[in-house]
Amino acid sequence: MKYSPHTDKDKKEMLAAIGAASPEDLFGAIPKEFRLQKLDLPEGISELELKKLIFEKTGKNYSTQKLDSFLGGGAYEHYIPQAVESLISRGEFLTAYTPYQAEASQGTLQAIYEYQSLICELTGMDVANASMYDGASALAEAVMLAVRETGRNRVIFSSSLHPEYRQVMKTYFEGYKIEFVEIPHAGGLFDEAALKREANDSTACVIVQNPNFFGCIEKADKIEAICHSCGALLIACVNPVSLGILKAPGGYNADIAVGEGQPLGIPLSFGGPYLGFFAVKEKHMRKMPGRVAGMTKDIEGKRGFVLTMQAREQHIRREKATSNICSNEGLMALAACVHLSLLGKEGMKEVARQNVLKSHYLKDKILKLSGFELMFEAPFFNEFVVRCGKETDKITGDLLKHGMIGGLPLGRFRADMKNCMLICVTETKSKDDLDRFAELLGKH
Amino acid sequence: MEKLIFEISSPGRKGYSLPKLDVPDADIKSLIPQECLRKDGPDLPEVSELDCVRHFTRLSQLNYSIDTNFYPLGSCTMKYNPKINEKMASLPQFTGLHPYQPETSVQGMLEVLYETEQALCKICGMDAFTLQPAAGAHGELTGMLIVRAYHTSKGNARKKVIIPDSAHGTNPASAALCGYEVVTVKSDKAGRIDLEALKSVMSEEVAVLMLTNPNTLGLFEKNVKEIADIVHKAGALLYLDGANLNALLGVARPGDMGFDVCHVNLHKTFSTPHGGGGPGAGPVGVKAILADFLPIPRIKQKRNKLSFDYDAKKSIGRVRAFYGNTGVIIKAYCYMRSLGADGLKDATLEAVLNANYLKAKLKKDYMLAVDGEPCMHEFVLTGKDKKEFGVKTLDIAKRLLDYGYYAPTVYFPLIVEEAIMIEPTETESKETLDAFAETMIKIAAEARSDPLLLTGAPHITPVRRLDEVLAARELNLRWKKPGA
Repeated sequence: MKYSPHTDKDKKEMLAAIGAASPEDLFGAIPKEFRLQKLDLPEGISELELKKLIFEKTGKNYSTQKLDSFLGGGAYEHYIPQAVESLISRGEFLTAYTPYQAEASQGTLQAIYEYQSLICELTGMDVANASMYDGASALAEAVMLAVRETGRNRVIFSSSLHPEYRQVMKTYFEGYKIEFVEIPHAGGLFDEAALKREANDSTACVIVQNPNFFGCIEKADKIEAICHSCGALLIACVNPVSLGILKAPGGYNADIAVGEGQPLGIPLSFGGPYLGFFAVKEKHMRKMPGRVAGMTKDIEGKRGFVLTMQAREQHIRREKATSNICSNEGLMALAACVHLSLLGKEGMKEVARQNVLKSHYLKDKILKLSGFELMFEAPFFNEFVVRCGKETDKITGDLLKHGMIGGLPLGRFRADMKNCMLICVTETKSKDDLDRFAELLGKH
Repeated sequence: MEKLIFEISSPGRKGYSLPKLDVPDADIKSLIPQECLRKDGPDLPEVSELDCVRHFTRLSQLNYSIDTNFYPLGSCTMKYNPKINEKMASLPQFTGLHPYQPETSVQGMLEVLYETEQALCKICGMDAFTLQPAAGAHGELTGMLIVRAYHTSKGNARKKVIIPDSAHGTNPASAALCGYEVVTVKSDKAGRIDLEALKSVMSEEVAVLMLTNPNTLGLFEKNVKEIADIVHKAGALLYLDGANLNALLGVARPGDMGFDVCHVNLHKTFSTPHGGGGPGAGPVGVKAILADFLPIPRIKQKRNKLSFDYDAKKSIGRVRAFYGNTGVIIKAYCYMRSLGADGLKDATLEAVLNANYLKAKLKKDYMLAVDGEPCMHEFVLTGKDKKEFGVKTLDIAKRLLDYGYYAPTVYFPLIVEEAIMIEPTETESKETLDAFAETMIKIAAEARSDPLLLTGAPHITPVRRLDEVLAARELNLRWKKPGA
């Protein structure tokens, strides 16, 4: 299959207009020694053959649509209303570029403005940007903001932070003299006493993930008090679905709120594309990374939208920009925008309630089984850690044979949690699913 | 004017449905302490599904897009985004995969990723690829971190990164984000690096030279071999910003030219849609000497089974959670398989043909930034000769919108005054190019005869020219409930 439309006649006429004998003539600037004879790739195929090829690949995948999955850990299976996919697949959204020409991009720009507004409502923050790559890179950029804003270099977080987020943060700061202080969790939560000891006047920020990697809900108010008493910025890294009922970062006075927006209408897709959301208190907005849409007027006084506060960005400021980000996750932000609009005030509350109630139902069932115990007593939202009597890989292997993907074995992240499993329950599971899962677990 | 979603909200309306709660109900306060709960729910809109569908459908109709308009946005490679690729990437056996599923249950997905890495290696002449970066600039950052790790392993991270003044803004921003000092090197009128200027800034302090080839004026860097020699002699590395790879598919390979590390933009060269600003994907390729520094995890093949390898002692670590924008990668994979070896080369030949054809059609009525040699996949005009009529490049761009064309990239590269950067791509027909050229010529005539037509443009878009100064001065970045 090829998508270029030229006939031989077209090409001949075009070459004549250019004054070249063949298309190859146009490549004279490339030294002969670098000219390639032929690409070592298979020949092209038809659309039908492509479909067959891809179906062969998908035949080797077992998707969560067929299996009952209890995996979370930063990527969550939620029900996505059909209208989300239908709307974001429209070519006018899908095949547009970053809205550089505002007058020909009002659809994208207004949607970004609405998305920013929705994220502000959800997080209780003042200003949000148009999106980042994912939750982890959004967190890294939040730390960058805090380091620059405070002129300090100490970054404190708990070992209850998602391990991959910690890795990304450390990768981003390879070229900086940043002192990362990882405080061992206390009962699955941020150790407040240790934080009090570690926080000082060289601390740029304290990162609280809430709910944290173990699913536990942090005592954010207490962390906030310690953090702000030493003049550091509080970065809250939150699950947006939990904000249907949990206190929003703005409610506990966070300076920056970031997180993974995937639970807001974006499919699991094996880890991407996802959506990093990023919101700040107004006083930090000029240090924020990324694009921002703003409302304005046209020459006739009509309302319209443009990209604004661009003096922070790489195409203007180059090496002095607040970030290098250019392309972000625009279409995923649109998905979140549509999803939040459809669920609305009540829907977000109801989804969050169902997540709490169903996960607690399963927890109670599992605790009745012999050989399983709850790792942490802290309150949780939709996932919790269970310690198993035997190796988790064995259990998950057996579950897979029964069409179930068990919880996430935590041994791959932490040696001290070898027999532990992070179990996630969302609104997608029915009581029957939960009963069946508990029953199968009980056989171990 | 389309109302905001908040302005069509009405309390009590619903646009969703959930299965009835089938586990015992309880007061949430009995499960989660009250101090952790929010007092009021988030103030989100309340709309019916149809209200929501009409709202976003109408918004979409305010956009220009590849599906609806010619989009000659230079440096962005706005080629057709094949529909079949969208369909394939949206199959539930891809979209329903959790990133932490057992590897045995995602072998088909891993095959797509592995084969994409292999194909990119062959296209770019590199030895290893990572698919983790989510966009071009993210790839640049990854590349810079690899460069830093390489030099650190040699005992000295080095301090400087050399970047030509014709480069994309992301280059210096990425180098700076990685903690490097940026040294700008002058390029000549054709955007090519001045070899003497390069020699004068090259030293043992320099970690890498970031080069775009073809450069941002759409011209191949003829002296790439000499440049590579100068760079390598100083122990530094050569980085390719692959934004312009659409000019090289099957014709020449960066790896053969002396580039040690490069990023490619799947959302440009490999036809995945831009989505109004992402998601993209910015895979990074390296020569063997740098392979150990690539981000983890890496995909490994062992006895016909694919798995992730997290054990990489020299790796820079991770640049994001999980593995990459796999949904985007699937589309690029479909594209490469559909076109195959010859099809990819044809795409490049015809992209270059289209650019040169359009350039030939416009050169009488517009000044070329560089004349006298063929361009590659794009070319740059300057609007400076229109200034005598009181018309700027911006006005030409806005007038194009009236005629139903998206505007080219304007005011970039920075080294060209009043730049107009045009990239037609290979998927546009001769008829489309002819019609666009006629319109451009008509606008040039309008600039002379009726400049107000241009300075007042656009006239027939959903909104007229927008006030960016007002937007920046009186920031309004979110909706607020009236009275709140």
